[in-house]
Amino acid sequence: MLHTINKSSFERNSLQSCLNTIDDTSVILLIEDGVICAANNANSSMLAELATQGRVFALQGDIDARGISSKVADNIKLVDYAGFVDLVVEHGTTVSWV
Amino acid sequence: MSTKKFMYLNRKAPYGTVYALESLEVVLIAAAFEQDVSLVFIDDGVYQIVDGQNTDGIGMKNFSKAYHALGDYDINQLYVSAESLTERGLSVDDLMPLVYEDEDDDWAEKPSIKVVSNVEISKIMSEQDVCLSF
Amino acid sequence: MADILGAEVDEEGFLVNLGDWTKEIAEEMAKGDNIELTEEHWDVINFLRDYFDEYQIAPAVRVLTKAIGKQFGKEKGNSKYLYALFPYGPGKQGCRFAGLPKPTGCI
Repeated sequence: MLHTINKSSFERNSLQSCLNTIDDTSVILLIEDGVICAANNANSSMLAELATQGRVFALQGDIDARGISSKVADNIKLVDYAGFVDLVVEHGTTVSWV
Repeated sequence: MSTKKFMYLNRKAPYGTVYALESLEVVLIAAAFEQDVSLVFIDDGVYQIVDGQNTDGIGMKNFSKAYHALGDYDINQLYVSAESLTERGLSVDDLMPLVYEDEDDDWAEKPSIKVVSNVEISKIMSEQDVCLSF
Repeated sequence: MADILGAEVDEEGFLVNLGDWTKEIAEEMAKGDNIELTEEHWDVINFLRDYFDEYQIAPAVRVLTKAIGKQFGKEKGNSKYLYALFPYGPGKQGCRFAGLPKPTGCI
């Protein structure tokens, strides 16, 4: 499964809710304000752990727009819109945590 | 038409935002397509099915009554996060007694609500064809 | 804005204020559709009103059909019977006569 997060973890609990129910094979894609979860300080230990397993992605355009490309935590993979589409195709069912 | 598994993930309290009502309306409309539907109530979404809602003082429609109709629409898989209930000091006794009539068991009335752990919700979610989050 | 016996209705003929409903309004709406309301019509109309009172929604046709069959007998629990009573659809036309909003999901 692919889980997308589009809200900052400072503002909403979407990321935490997703982490509470994610299984062992799903991946997370951070988009829109969700990319704020990718910044060093916002990074939860569980998200960091998933990132080391190569299961956390963030949308480059949203990172750049917010000027936080230098703050992105280790192991989070950046993708463009084509990469977004690839993730959707590869992982089947998508859950959008709004 | 082949049957697909649809899950509606409900995460917001009613009345403060329109998510809960929108979700309920989509569920009722989509029920016409006779798919395999389950509802999950997690985070503040558990407040959607708390018993004893009274909206007289806020001038909004008390749509909690409509959840009692879900059984008529053959929607009888309502999963509630045990962790979300506990965090909010709620238990299954605080929820509406939602039931359905089991066609295969002489129309016996059975509870629709199942309190499950987040791990179980994770497993149910992974079995779906479509997940819609509200 | 159009009205029926002084009660305001929307562009599709549904009552704007549900509290305005009377039996006479239902009969007047039916007359406009060239229908004379019989006891069988009233069974359905009253059922719809009770259902709405209990659940705050108008039932989908599938749900209505099943429930009518259960309450009034199997020979009435089918869409042929209900469409014979309400040619424009038991949901849409029935709910209009019953003073309810258009059923959710009904186009």
